[in-house]
Amino acid sequence: MRRRNYLAPDGAIIRPLPSCARDAKLLIELYRSMVLLRLFDRKAVALQRTGRLGTYAVSLGQEAVSVGIASAMRQEDVLLPSYRDNGALLWRGVKPEEILLFWGGDERGNQFSGPVHDFPFCVPVGSQAPHAAGVAYALKLRKQPRVAVCLFGDGATSKGDVYEAMNFAGVHKLPLVFVVTNNQWAISVPLRLQTASETLAQKAIAAGFSGEQVDGCDVVAMRAAAEEAIAAARDGNGPHFIEAVTYRLGDHTTSDDALRYRSAEEVQAHWKEEPIARLRSYLVGQKMWTKADEERLAAECHERIEAAVQRYLTTPPRRPETMFDNLYAELPEAYAAQRRELAGEDDA
Amino acid sequence: MPEVTLVEAVNLALGRAMADDPDVVLLGEDIGVNGGVFRATIGLQERFGPERVLDTPLAELLISGLCVGMAAQGLKPVGEIQFMGFIYPCLDQLVNHASRMRNRTQGRLTCPMVLRSPHGAGIRAPEHHSESTEAMLAHIPGLRVVMPSSPERAYGLLLAAIRDPDPVVFLEPTRLYRAAKGDVEDNGEALPLDHAFVLREGRDITLISWGAMLKETMAAADTLADDGIAAEVIDLATLKPYDENTVLGSVARTGRCVIVHEAAHTGGFGAEIAAMIAERGLSSLLAPVIRVTGYDTVIPMARLEQRYMPSVGRIVAAARKTCQYN
Repeated sequence: MRRRNYLAPDGAIIRPLPSCARDAKLLIELYRSMVLLRLFDRKAVALQRTGRLGTYAVSLGQEAVSVGIASAMRQEDVLLPSYRDNGALLWRGVKPEEILLFWGGDERGNQFSGPVHDFPFCVPVGSQAPHAAGVAYALKLRKQPRVAVCLFGDGATSKGDVYEAMNFAGVHKLPLVFVVTNNQWAISVPLRLQTASETLAQKAIAAGFSGEQVDGCDVVAMRAAAEEAIAAARDGNGPHFIEAVTYRLGDHTTSDDALRYRSAEEVQAHWKEEPIARLRSYLVGQKMWTKADEERLAAECHERIEAAVQRYLTTPPRRPETMFDNLYAELPEAYAAQRRELAGEDDA
Repeated sequence: MPEVTLVEAVNLALGRAMADDPDVVLLGEDIGVNGGVFRATIGLQERFGPERVLDTPLAELLISGLCVGMAAQGLKPVGEIQFMGFIYPCLDQLVNHASRMRNRTQGRLTCPMVLRSPHGAGIRAPEHHSESTEAMLAHIPGLRVVMPSSPERAYGLLLAAIRDPDPVVFLEPTRLYRAAKGDVEDNGEALPLDHAFVLREGRDITLISWGAMLKETMAAADTLADDGIAAEVIDLATLKPYDENTVLGSVARTGRCVIVHEAAHTGGFGAEIAAMIAERGLSSLLAPVIRVTGYDTVIPMARLEQRYMPSVGRIVAAARKTCQYN
């Protein structure tokens, strides 16, 4: 299976660029979003290390996947992300402070000022894939020109959930794009212990639709693949499966120490492929980006992130009894006393 | 009013809900042309088309997960699992997603789905077809667990479940599908959820049950009446959240209580009710609350299943023992 790519690790053009790459404004927007994500990640880890954020999953090295895919979606499309897809949420308009609230242990982070129909991060692995099939079925039933986009990691492809969803999507030719971020590691388990398949993309064949491998460190390739797949799905041509081949440069989460199971040399080698330096090299080579632009961007990101952190840190805690507020549409009588007890209103 | 069986009442409610609301979608294995293995959906695909009465691939996890996705988009999916023994692949979706979608998104996304499944033993079905693990489901916060015991309540409660804005697991007593008959008017009227039904009033003892076991429980009340013991019989109907007040009010009048369920003894839903009565109604008790339940065994296959399920005799004996307690 050919792996779609356009930009070499040094930013050189490998083959004729797709039409989206002729849009200089878009390329710069993709670049800016990847940088914002990387700096946001860095800040989130710092917050976690200083006890101000819970466990956090960084996107280091995978920025092109989230950003490339989300940038090809329309607002009315539906995103079903896994827990490492911060970049996609940010692109969709979810506020950085909302993402911090989620990882800081507050359900209000999932309220999203972005597209209100998008799903929250899925923490169980792969269980959002059947949701995506349900969403896409609803879109098709109502004849809406909208597409569901489901993101998950390589480990998720080992689960029946993902296959069941793909199988169903194939049967009904659903407007659904599956994207697996193949970052080579499911915590400590390498891909060769996850599957004997030569590629993950070929799993689409069993479900009766197309799949392709894309260089997940090449944001141009990610954007072009997503654009084509989403357009085809919107036109009624059914699902598509994208395997974004990338590498997780960081730990699995802030609770993980990847040095226990992989060598520093291996990680170092993959730093040569990473998506941000790659696109920057291309942009600089094309005289579309300067050192001054870079400095200005860093300052802007810093300012935006610091402001979000302030809003996150100063968000007043919820009153404890609010944990009952969205349990059901209306709190059943049977639990009213528990709510009163938590509110301290019931001395009985 | 026409007399219908319980499964026909289910069919009437599904048809009514679909006719009333174009967002109602049915999905499950063999529910289309075949009309479901128990014929609960018979004729509905002809009426509403294969897009709204959808034969799914053979994948229970998928059925429950599809429901979550559809519901989040504003459809009202009603999934069917063919037997309770096959509901377990759905648990991940019920626990981690359906029951908490409203909570984890603080109301931004909701999950107005219904998952229907036959429940319980007594039809000489093969292994894995006779389970009654409702307590497992009733433990899940954010879920509703509903079980009718008559055609009237099957019709009214299923309509209520489909109209409910939150996820409901609707467990249908397999043994009563054709054995229970009643007059059901297809008038679109729902019955209240979270509400217990007093099937028979009595001052001496409270008998509490749900689903198919109400058949034996009502028969036991008849036998007890011959002894001069007036039993009040409560159909709990909604197990999550359940109507504590009706239970407590009844026990306050009778002072004695026997809980009857087909599911295994340990950690069964009877334990919850007994504990609740001990916490909130101890002063009205004249005797310990007794549970008459299935045994803590794997539900035996056909040859022994009748010995597993509580019999009228076991219920009567427990009630008499409770009434003799001073």
